[in-house]
Formats: sequence, structure tokens, C-alpha cells
Amino acid sequence: MISRILLRNLVRGPLTEPAPPPDEAALAELAARVNRASQARLGRTLSIREVDAGSCNGCELEIHALNNVLYDLERFGLRFVASPRHADVLLVTGPVTVNMREALERTYQATPDPKWVVAVGDCARNGGVFAGSAACVGGVSAVLPVDLHIPGCPPSPNALLKGLLALVESVST
Amino acid sequence: MNWTQAIERLRTGECSLVSLWGEPGRAHMALIDTKSKIHLLDLMCEENRFPSVGRAHPPAIRLERALRDLAGLEPEGAPDTRPWLRHAGAYAFLPAEGESLHQIPVGPVHAGIIEPGHFRFTANGETVVRLEERLGYVHKGIDALMAGAPLERAAALAGRVSGDSTVAYALAFSMAVESALGAQVPPRALWLRALAGELERLANHFGDIGAVCNDASFSIMHASCGLLREQVLRASNACFGHRLMMDCVVPGGMRSDLAAQGEREVRALLALVARRFPELVDLYENTASLKDRTVDTGILSPALAQQYAAGGYVGRASGRQFDARRTPGYAPYDELEFEVPMVQAGDVNARVWIRMQEVEQSLALLEQILERLPPGPVFSPIAPAQGEGTALVEGFRGDIFAWIRLGADGRVERCHLRDPSWFQWPLLEAAIEGNIVADFPLCNKSFNCSYSGHDL
Repeated sequence: MISRILLRNLVRGPLTEPAPPPDEAALAELAARVNRASQARLGRTLSIREVDAGSCNGCELEIHALNNVLYDLERFGLRFVASPRHADVLLVTGPVTVNMREALERTYQATPDPKWVVAVGDCARNGGVFAGSAACVGGVSAVLPVDLHIPGCPPSPNALLKGLLALVESVST
Repeated sequence: MNWTQAIERLRTGECSLVSLWGEPGRAHMALIDTKSKIHLLDLMCEENRFPSVGRAHPPAIRLERALRDLAGLEPEGAPDTRPWLRHAGAYAFLPAEGESLHQIPVGPVHAGIIEPGHFRFTANGETVVRLEERLGYVHKGIDALMAGAPLERAAALAGRVSGDSTVAYALAFSMAVESALGAQVPPRALWLRALAGELERLANHFGDIGAVCNDASFSIMHASCGLLREQVLRASNACFGHRLMMDCVVPGGMRSDLAAQGEREVRALLALVARRFPELVDLYENTASLKDRTVDTGILSPALAQQYAAGGYVGRASGRQFDARRTPGYAPYDELEFEVPMVQAGDVNARVWIRMQEVEQSLALLEQILERLPPGPVFSPIAPAQGEGTALVEGFRGDIFAWIRLGADGRVERCHLRDPSWFQWPLLEAAIEGNIVADFPLCNKSFNCSYSGHDL
């Protein structure tokens, strides 16, 4: 059975779809923030650590989808890593709950410089539908310096890809 | 039935706990009896105290701790008085005593792209002696945000309690509102809700089947199931304009009708899955190295599943054949043919097998729905009024309970949403006992409990 599936996949070629163009608005947001020294050091690869700081899990599902065969994030030199100590980018979701604030701060401190913070989803921008809750801090920028926002509830894999490609472009040009 | 009688019926197993929640000065409890009738209790708490339910019925303990954190009511005689959703200072983990034990703290930030929570393992060599979960990291204060919210905002909040179950939550919330007001929903809307609900179940089951196999390092299943999941989300987007179908189910019906393109994409999806899924089931069943990891791993006993009234694949893999679509049941499932798979084994393999069977059932349901979808409007406006209502809806993970009290201005006075995970998380602690630490990801994924849905 497995040999049949593998052979079929070999003959059919990859299912991966062409990349979308990088997000213009995101490029503009990033242009001023990325410094040349880090560009030279990082080249075109970025390691991403995802941190759920109170999301409903919707953003995580779509971030997960970036790893499926159709989006195949790793072809762009972007990959998810298991520890902040291996990361260049923190991809943060959620309205930052009071209970996750310390863990988020400590994750940031554990990430070596140079580093970028990408806030994913409407909650991460300003708390989204949870804005104003006493149990939430309200947006990632209330806790960490944010380099890029990717809006959406949740952002589609294509929107995420566009934002992340803009980040790679700014870092590598 | 009064509060004390209810506790007794829970203790003897005559009734199962549906939920336990509170508001300032009042404690509420919902039970379900063996005939699937739901009983509601409303207790006025003098001096903000009420008799502990957890003392006689352990499944109530965490709900009671949350109730104390959120409503400030004191459960008298409670066996565990530690805070649960409100984190304040150091947390006293339960002790484990014996020779050569060591502790492994994991989380709240995990290695994968998953939700945050803390697991404290005590192990003897590789063998887990005790696992204790500490949750509440994604507590967003949804109960408090619901109080006083207009219906539309409350529905949006309900749809974001657990993003993977947004359709099921929006449906539970909407059905509770409709039951509070005695509102009628157009037939076509009921059928479209079932269409959305089954698409959601399919997407999640594909994701889970692949992820369990991935945690046993069998990545081809993960890649193949990931592709199927993506096609479900694209079809969902074509149907209702959102990949996860957020905000599509609203009190009174559906926000929009099924797009013509959507119907074509669902039919194409059904054909694709019919072609690809059987060979994946075959691959799973006939890969000895994979089955070696899943069979006999993380066994949950039928007795515990019964005591905790575990819903969804967790219950059905351990001999508890409960499905809210069938009992108490809701439209249009009374007119649809489907089976509720059930086995007794209770291991990781059984939870995967139940999901595979449920995929088959959802495919058959989707075909019936497309064939018999009635014409007509998909929304009928809700007139604001006072009322109290409940609903029990079968999400992919199990039964979601919703209770709502509406004020005369049509706003939400109080709303309580209980995720199936409340009764599944404690069982994961039991299932992992005696297994090796390296099998925890596999066991955890086979449960796939919600953090956000639980933490509220």
C-alpha cells in the first residue's frame, strides 16, 4: 500500500502551489525596522517560534496549514522550531491573557538577537473580540515590540504567507 | 430534585454531570439522566456558599474551582481549594511519593504549534507515575464579556470560545437563544447548519488522524490527511465565505445561504475523499510499526469514561455511546441516517478508529444533506425578549452545552458555555499513568482536548 502511494506521488509531482506575491502593506511596515547588519547574518532563512498567548486556536489551525503540502512553508527558507532559543522570529497569536503575559515575556527574553515579533490575527493586534476583558492585556504590542501585524480572524494561510514573505524580502534585500 | 438529591444521583451514577457554573449569589447545575433528559438546578447561595459537588462526584472538582474563581462562590467541603482559572503566585502541585522519582515540567509554551498549558510529569525512569495538568493560561474572561453583551456580539464571542469548533459553538449558542425565546428557525437554515457542522467535523478528524500518526513519526499519513483537511476548508470557504466558517451560524438561522459554487465544491470534495480516504485507512491498519505505537497505549477504562460522562471519540472509544445529535437530538438529524460507532478498547488506536468511522458517517450525512436540502429562506429575525434556554450540540470533540439568560432588552444577562474538554482533560491524566513519557504526545493528540474552550 505505502509503495503504491509513494510511487503515485513520485510520478504525479509536487502538489505545492505557486507562491503569492509578498504583501505590499507589510513590506512598507517592515522597511524601516529591519537593519542591515541582521540582513547580512540571516540571509534568506528564518526560524520561527510560534507562541499562543491566548488565541482561540483558530490562528494556530491556519498557521499549521502553512506546513501542509499545498503551502509548504519550508521552500521559502522559513521553518518552525521547537524552542525560542533557536528562533529568529516570534509568531504571536491571541489577545495576550494575563495568565500568559509572563510566559510570553520569558519566551522573548529567551530568543537571541536579532529577532522579530510578528503579531498574527486581530486579537494579537488589539485584543480583537476580547478587547476590554479584565483577563486580557490587549494586543501583543502591550507587552513586546511588534515588527509586523498580519490581520484576519484568523488570517488565511495565503495572508500569512504574504506577510512572512514580506518579512523574508526585507531581511534579505 | 434539589441540590443535595442531585449530588446523590451523581454519586450513584443515576445521572451524569452536564455542567456546574455560577454568578454572584447563585450556583447552577445541569444534569442528564439515563433517558437523556436534562435537569437544571438554580441554587441561591446564602453568604456566597454552596454544598460542594466535587466532594461526592470528582468530575465536578475543576468546574467548582473555576466557579469559585469566576463567581466568588465558596464550595463547602470541596476536596481541592486551589485556584484554577485565576493564576496567582506559585501553584502547589500534588505530591508523588516513592523511590527514584523525578519531575518533568512541560509548558505552558510547548514545542509544537499548539495551545498553552502546563504538564507536570512525575516519572520513574521512563514510566509516568503521575501527570498533573495545570490549565487556565488562555483564560480570556468570556463569561464576564458575555454579561450584558448584545446578541450579535455574544454570538461572535461564542464562535471564538474554541476556534476549531466555531460552528458547533455558534450553533449551541444560537439554539440556546432560540429555545429561550421559542423562536422558529427556517428549515433550510437547520439543514445548512448540519452541513457546516459535518464539514467542521471532517476537517478536525482529518487533522487529528494525521497528527496522531505524525506523533508516531509516520509522516505520510500526516501529509495525506493534511491535504484532505485543506480541501475541506477550501470547500467550506466556497460554501459560506470563511475557511473555518466563523460567524456563519447566528441566532435565527444562517448569515448567508449556501453559495452555488460551494455545493459543487462539496460534491468534488466527497468524490476526492471517497477516492483517497479508504487507502489511508488501509495504510493505517496495515502498518505494523504504527499500530505497535497506538494499540494498547493510553488506555481509558469504560468505568472512568462513564463516571466522567466523557463525550465524543474519547467516550465512544471507551464504551460510552453518547452523541448529542441522537439524544437529546436536534433537527435535522432526526431525519438523517447515521450510525454512532463505539468500541470498548479505550486506547489510542480506538480513538483513531472511532474518528475514521465518524469520517465515513459524516461523508454519508453530507451526501444526504445535499440531496434533500429544502428550499426557502435561511434567516428569520429574532425579536428581543426575556427568557432562559439551553442547548446540547455535538461538536467534533463531543457535546457542547450552552445556557443563556436574556434580559428584557434582548441583551445577554448571563451565558455559560461548557466545552467537552472539561470532562476529558482529567481522563488524560488517568490514561497516561503507567505509560512511557515518550508516548504522551501520542496520547495527548488522541484526546486533542481544547485549551481555549476549557479556559474560557
